[in-house]
Amino acid sequence: MIETQSPALEAPVARAPQLARILSRYGIILVFLVLCAALSLANEYFLTWGNWANVLRQTSINGILAIGMTYVILAGGIDLSVGSVLALSGMVSGSLVTGMGAHHPLLAIAAGILTGLTIGAVNGLLVSRVAVPPFVATLGMLSVARGLTFIYSDGMPIPNLSPGFRFIGQGSLLGVPMPIVMLLAVFAVFYFVLAYTTYGRYVYAVGGSEKSAKTSGIRTRLVTFSVYCISGALAGLSGQILAARTTSALPQAGVSYELDAIAAVVIGGTSLSVGGIGSLVGTLFGALIIGVINNGLDLMGVSSYYQQVIKGIIIIAAVLLDAFARKHRA
Amino acid sequence: MHPLLEATGIAKSFGGVPALRDGRLTLEAGSVHALCGGNGAGKSTLLNVLMGILRRDGGMVRIDGREVDFTSPGQALAHGLAIITQELSPIRGMTVAENIFLHREPRRAGFVVDYRALNEMAAALLQRLRFQVDPTVRMNELSLAKTQLVEIAKAISQNSRILIMDEPTSAIGEAETDTLFDAIRTLTAAGTGIVYVSHRLTEVFRIADRYTVLRDGSFVESGAIRDIDRAHMVRLIVGRELKEEFESVAPGAGHGAPMLEVKGLSRDGEFEDVSLDVRQGEILGIFGLMGSGRSEFLHALYGLTRPERGQLRLLGEPFHPRGPNEAIAAGIALVTEDRKETGIFPSASLRHNVSISALPQVSRAAVVNVARERSLVKGLVDRFRIRASSQEIPVSSLSGGNQQKVVLARCLTTRPRLLLCDEPTRGIDVGAKREVHDFLAGFAEAGGAAIVVSSETPEILAISDRVAVFHKGRVVGIVDGHDATQEQLLHLAS
Repeated sequence: MIETQSPALEAPVARAPQLARILSRYGIILVFLVLCAALSLANEYFLTWGNWANVLRQTSINGILAIGMTYVILAGGIDLSVGSVLALSGMVSGSLVTGMGAHHPLLAIAAGILTGLTIGAVNGLLVSRVAVPPFVATLGMLSVARGLTFIYSDGMPIPNLSPGFRFIGQGSLLGVPMPIVMLLAVFAVFYFVLAYTTYGRYVYAVGGSEKSAKTSGIRTRLVTFSVYCISGALAGLSGQILAARTTSALPQAGVSYELDAIAAVVIGGTSLSVGGIGSLVGTLFGALIIGVINNGLDLMGVSSYYQQVIKGIIIIAAVLLDAFARKHRA
Repeated sequence: MHPLLEATGIAKSFGGVPALRDGRLTLEAGSVHALCGGNGAGKSTLLNVLMGILRRDGGMVRIDGREVDFTSPGQALAHGLAIITQELSPIRGMTVAENIFLHREPRRAGFVVDYRALNEMAAALLQRLRFQVDPTVRMNELSLAKTQLVEIAKAISQNSRILIMDEPTSAIGEAETDTLFDAIRTLTAAGTGIVYVSHRLTEVFRIADRYTVLRDGSFVESGAIRDIDRAHMVRLIVGRELKEEFESVAPGAGHGAPMLEVKGLSRDGEFEDVSLDVRQGEILGIFGLMGSGRSEFLHALYGLTRPERGQLRLLGEPFHPRGPNEAIAAGIALVTEDRKETGIFPSASLRHNVSISALPQVSRAAVVNVARERSLVKGLVDRFRIRASSQEIPVSSLSGGNQQKVVLARCLTTRPRLLLCDEPTRGIDVGAKREVHDFLAGFAEAGGAAIVVSSETPEILAISDRVAVFHKGRVVGIVDGHDATQEQLLHLAS
């Protein structure tokens, strides 16, 4: 261990080079801005409002998934089941708002979120009570929930969802498309909870050192359980938005969405290896970066095969840049 | 004849803040050289520079009179310089033998590990050192003490001419310490030079023949141990007069009502039929060797584990905590033995570390009021004299003593009546130790009670009104802390 001399009061804390300091605090935002600048030079359509509404709409689902994922990863876990949960929830609510006996959309949305919450609770119980490693528990659930989706739908999509329900995917509030409204609302609520409440602190604490958290009197199992519930419920909500946007619930919806969500969290600076380090602002920009990359490459007409390669490289580069900046903060 | 190792004028700064200004150390072959100093004196920095973990900003290091400048621990190892660090870093999934000979495994045909030879080599080494550890068990099955012994064996197995031991006994008991000292004597007889770092002055005076003291990053004094006494050493380390290193601080008051009564408490495989009590205004010491069940007993009192039989009464009321949260609510706090694993949140700030147990107090409707939180933390930082430039710095950047004070400060945030302390002064310097002792005494005087586990006999005698001695999970005696002697405790405990 390096014994850092407790700096006396007159000695100012390390003065890192200015650029490195800005990079480390706002590194991810900087990456985002650089990316946007590059893309706007490459394509004049990129900076138009119409295109941005598009980017944000596409980001909303991954963004909401990534918010739940941030909670789980901060608490030292992982949730691989979100893509499947999204599909199952979409299917459950879709079945309630189609055909002649369509229910009220709010009922369907509640049912969908409840579905996600239930699956999340099972994940949470497995991890916190039965001590199944998070990777294994949620990997299993990835398969179970996908299977349930196919069983429930008999493998068929549910089309023609009611207009009331479609509003959350296609409507807009004060000119802002609903998916974006939802993303911002979810972000605002969960940002506040994480940054300002006791519960938020407990999430960081459990991820930072579960044993220390327990000794400090935190009910660690409850905290662990709860983050999977949050992730499940948010995956459920994302399922509604996706179904509403595409006007039908598809059994194969959301395949591999968990990877984009994890990528957004990691790009945003939340540590996968050590819990308790990260923030939701980072995650939001991580999700935006992925959205912008997808959109920009589409605009430039890059083939989707190359897109995947480029996206992967940019993800790794963003994380490396962030790590570099962190190192120079010390 | 050149000294084995000679370092002069070593300087090292971190981001403009000097951690070391003038580090010096001269080690002769075949000697044990104690490197002493308080937390933040610059010992670890000096050692890291010697090992090539940190690059020095200035100064000179010579081995056998030849100047060296290592840029990696590998280079230091190649020059016969090995270190046993305070922070244990075993590969937990591997066996003891694999850990000891990591990267130096005996091989067949150049790439197949010869496990038989590996285990035999390890067994021979452990036997030579008389460490009672099975080379074929996995590291994660070993206790902290045994893990420490394996790390020591590993460093010794490098056949280094210079061996640095940084707090080698912080995790091991008296019996293992004796074993270690025997091993050290064997090594020095063969010409190895040993740099010995420990806050335990008793050990320093037992094993070392020379000493060097650092304070605030600078060299203070060097000489032969036989020429000085403990008081002189304490003065050098602290930089001022401390009346007595282990001044008796036990309140010794008439004692009030029983704070905690324990009757026949048992937990299979850990402790058996433990009955004792601690009164208001009293400090009860618990002494025992490694594995005597003392820590496990504290854990059960704190609700970390559930005892299988027996009764607890807190202030006369039956009390059976189902978790630490209930113990805390009942007015109990625990200072754990393993600060790094179960004490601090390394990635979090000083403020978050101190306040985590008391967040509801400084919150309204579950929203933390940061201004109130800061003032709560500030009060405790001042009270414990935690030296930190701000509440926002990561706790991992503090020295060990200051980290320990952070853990103590956190315990106080919940206004406990009963403090459970497991090795509260492990790995911290004389000055900080004294502060912890004074704090405990003050806590008891104010009507609280404390149960303190310590493996340092002078410490436990100085702070306790009574001492309960544990042996193999049972209480084998409760002695008066004012009359008992170290020999008495050791005799009961073994």
